Amino acid sequence: MAGYTPTTPADRDRMLETIGVDSIDELFAQIPEEVRFDRELDLEDGLSEPEVHERLAAMAAANRSTEQAPSFLGAGMYDHYVPAIVDAITQRSEFLTPYTPYQPEVSQGGLQVMFEFQTAMSELTGLPVSNAGLYEGPSAAASAAYLAMAATGRTGLVASRGVHPHSRETLATHAGGFGAGLTEVGLVDGLTDPGELEAAIDEQTAVVFLQNPNFLGSVEDIAALGELASARGALLAVAVDPMTLGVLKPPGECGADIAFGEGQPLGNRLDFGGPSFGFFCAREENIRRMPGRIAGETTDLDGRRGFVLTLQTREQHIRREKATSNICTAQALNALAALVHLSWLGREGFVEMGALLARRTAFARERLSSIEGLEPLHEAPVVREFAMRSAGTPVASLLACPSGTGPSLPVYPLGRDYPEFADSFLVAITEQRSRDDIEWLAAMLEGASA
Amino acid sequence: MSEPSYPEDLRYHPEHDWARIEGDEATLGVTWYAQDSLGEVVFYEGPEVGSSVVKDEPYAEVESVKAVSDVVAPLSGEVIEVNPDLSDAPEAVNTDPYGTGWLIRIRLSDPAEADALMDSAAYSASLE
Amino acid sequence: MNPEVDTAARDRTGPDETPQQADRAVTIFEKSVPGRRACQLPGSGVEEVPLADLIPSHLLREEPAGLPEVSEPEIIRHYNRLSRRNFDLDTGFYPLGSCTMKYNPRLNERVAALPGHARLHPATAPGDAQGALELMYLLQEALSEICGLPHVSLQPSAGSQGELAGLLLARACHADQGRNPGKVLIPDTSHGTNPASVSMAGYEVVKVATDGQGGVDMEDLRAKVDEDVACLMLTNPNTLGVFDRNITEIASLVHEAGGLLYYDGANLNAIMGQCRPGDMGFDIVHVNLHKSFSQPHGGGGPGAGPIAVSDRVEPYIPRPQVVKSEGEAGRPAYDLDFDRPKSIGRLRGFQGNFGVFVRSYAYILSLGADGLAEASRTAVLHANYLKSRLAQGRAGQYLPVAFERHCMHEFVLSGAPMKRELGIRTLDLAKRLLDFGFHPPTVYFPLLVDEALMVEPVETEAKEHLDDFAEAIESILEEAEQDPGIASEAPYTTPVRRLDEVGATRRPVIRQPD
Repeated sequence: MAGYTPTTPADRDRMLETIGVDSIDELFAQIPEEVRFDRELDLEDGLSEPEVHERLAAMAAANRSTEQAPSFLGAGMYDHYVPAIVDAITQRSEFLTPYTPYQPEVSQGGLQVMFEFQTAMSELTGLPVSNAGLYEGPSAAASAAYLAMAATGRTGLVASRGVHPHSRETLATHAGGFGAGLTEVGLVDGLTDPGELEAAIDEQTAVVFLQNPNFLGSVEDIAALGELASARGALLAVAVDPMTLGVLKPPGECGADIAFGEGQPLGNRLDFGGPSFGFFCAREENIRRMPGRIAGETTDLDGRRGFVLTLQTREQHIRREKATSNICTAQALNALAALVHLSWLGREGFVEMGALLARRTAFARERLSSIEGLEPLHEAPVVREFAMRSAGTPVASLLACPSGTGPSLPVYPLGRDYPEFADSFLVAITEQRSRDDIEWLAAMLEGASA
Repeated sequence: MSEPSYPEDLRYHPEHDWARIEGDEATLGVTWYAQDSLGEVVFYEGPEVGSSVVKDEPYAEVESVKAVSDVVAPLSGEVIEVNPDLSDAPEAVNTDPYGTGWLIRIRLSDPAEADALMDSAAYSASLE
Repeated sequence: MNPEVDTAARDRTGPDETPQQADRAVTIFEKSVPGRRACQLPGSGVEEVPLADLIPSHLLREEPAGLPEVSEPEIIRHYNRLSRRNFDLDTGFYPLGSCTMKYNPRLNERVAALPGHARLHPATAPGDAQGALELMYLLQEALSEICGLPHVSLQPSAGSQGELAGLLLARACHADQGRNPGKVLIPDTSHGTNPASVSMAGYEVVKVATDGQGGVDMEDLRAKVDEDVACLMLTNPNTLGVFDRNITEIASLVHEAGGLLYYDGANLNAIMGQCRPGDMGFDIVHVNLHKSFSQPHGGGGPGAGPIAVSDRVEPYIPRPQVVKSEGEAGRPAYDLDFDRPKSIGRLRGFQGNFGVFVRSYAYILSLGADGLAEASRTAVLHANYLKSRLAQGRAGQYLPVAFERHCMHEFVLSGAPMKRELGIRTLDLAKRLLDFGFHPPTVYFPLLVDEALMVEPVETEAKEHLDDFAEAIESILEEAEQDPGIASEAPYTTPVRRLDEVGATRRPVIRQPD
């Protein structure tokens, strides 16, 4: 059993004496007998540190990670390189082990990180107000819906099918609680159908959800689509991939009222899906309807600059059933990772990253299109991910290992989320997928579709 | 205003709200006790002119840094004016709760409701 | 005593300003110098075509985002210096009530960072993620055993998302039986997330009073339980640190009226291996892996809030669910089951906070059945010991315990006598504790205790830290008898002193100006 408890039998006896009882059992006597657990938990007894490590390492070895072979999986989470300084900083005890900064005098480090993070996300999205982070991307969509319903007094949610299927499904789950209805709008040639969108928006629409680039990788004309929302008094909420904002027009310049998304591409490892963070930015008029924590600048009683959690009356610990959200975390450590990564990329590097992705993605799409039996699912512009269609060979057999026992080809089949695109798959590019990797993928697909 | 004060010319509601009744109109606000319990007011958002308030029901919220308090209407009526200065200077609710810290003016829909309110002495006694 | 305490500043015998206070806050944006950079990206390896040839120019960004321009050494120095402006659990005692600030084993960080875990894409084909799915399955099994409920979904991102999931499950469960009750009962001692989650799930909150023993007021409960009750949410032991002795009766009252019982697992650290929510009659439980199961709090996340449920609720749990089947050659196979027609759906993307699962599973393996039970027993011992220490001397006089009985893993004191007799508030005591090198307990919660101070000393703190803490409280109270002004203006040793939260809220500045 691991010795994380320092209490010796002698310590225990002295403590019991001070309490004035003879045994720890006496302290548990307040639990009624009929609900007391009268056996040991059916778990192994504790293991030593080397044994635990060995067990966990064996499990890790039974996974095929992006370290072992190039992966072109994306769909919202991307295998970007996480700089060494991200680990160095996030593993510091002072960032790793504190609680939420409820005592600001001894939490200035964490609070200033939040303030800097809010600034960075505001810069990326072009919207003036950012919170300090939400759980992750799809549930941030639900937060956007909650805000929009409060701001407009309406209950209709409209989402393009270009929005991540997990976000739409999360919206539908939450809408059951909110008492809202969700209408989906289809895609034409890889882009949100403007005619169908216009028809879907009515006087009860609280918010229109778009995503850029959309789930198929296409760059949408957010400004043009967004006008359809604002014309009917609905808010426009745009999910964005933050790593593309070095090159794509920020949502704040396209009329978005809310920009949100999955933060993982910024400084966070894949971790089989989490933990990461969601970001959430909005316009000034909705600052008091924002979900989650917000840090603000102030001064101490001697006039020194300092930071505090602010506008806290929005939050659950004060407003309880009238809160703007039930969220009780900011994914602070994940947001710190993003902030360090963004500082490392810097003003120029962030643009270079976007350009690198766009060029390699264009190359990869062209290269894979040259393969017999494969064609792009659509011709819309793409920036870091694209969809390919396999006219002949079914996607499942295309992606299965030829021998049937090896790994699957690491691209994302679209069939589960989009039955209408069951013959297609997504290919994602990061700075870690070199031209050689793209050639490797092309060779694998050539072999499989031959 | 650092000392408790409950002016004689006002009528009081047990939820710590006051009304200054002038004919068929009334000015409403929160009492010294209410602002003192709440702490420094940082935000107030009033109802719209033309909306209705109902006696005993909340019509607005006042916020301090770590608390939110409903403001309950001592009387029913239609809102004819809201204090325009409070959005920029909500601290008036603390510094001058019966003067510049007033919240709204209403046209009474049932002036007889005022009979149920307390006078200064009764309200002060209720705080003991 | 915490060796980092600046005793000269604490006793106000040093200069007016400590060196750290003299070091004013400067943001990374203010350190930006045009032309500086840290990263070097790989070349694209493909033709450098103009971007406008790839993407229509009206969809492209015109001005770069205003990110800082800094070198790598400056980045690391900036954040290292910032880190020193934080108090952290690895440095000092952190008895924050209801937060279970227990030691975060470094082993867990190491195994979570193994590339097979950390660099595994969430959409990896299940056949290529058998280790991860096995780990999730085994964690489901372990949590199921600890909670005494047969099914577990790991998906919720945090306790509050677990709560929302639980309420949506209750809704789905009732709807499937053709019922549509509208109310959720919550004791007035509950965490704020409970009522917030209830509202988000579209239910009406009905508060239940607390009795003189700190438990649910049974008379009030009987008056409020009816067929319109969808669910009762309860934390047991509750936020006052006491175990509700009427739990069996509470459960049968709610069940008989057709309602479900939801267990807020925030305080599970008191009862591991001692009793189980499922055995108490609860239908749905959320578990905060960042509390009882040692995931570091990270300054406010990440965590995870898996839920355990009864057979009755199982058909509705979120999808996908990790399932196990007979594999080939005697090896089991693990898969993600999406085909759950009655499921409430998703609460978030992919499968949940897997990195948190790795840490918590490592913790469960390290402690095992014996260690988990011992952890809870020690946590309860420590809380009662510290409560007894604080019943002596000035603390006993000025800070009486709110409910005089043995506590579980935490207890609540009232600073009302201290405020009345010494003129210092709980907030002042908390701020003065910072000068003594302690993180203060949770203050002003639960709401029904005047000037509340909620203390959770956890099992991983040594007796001497508990003693030091009790002595620091005694010193502060003694000092306040002489001069209450010292505590009222505390802290003196921290990087900044008391901050103007009123100004920050009235005129919010929430990002670096352009």
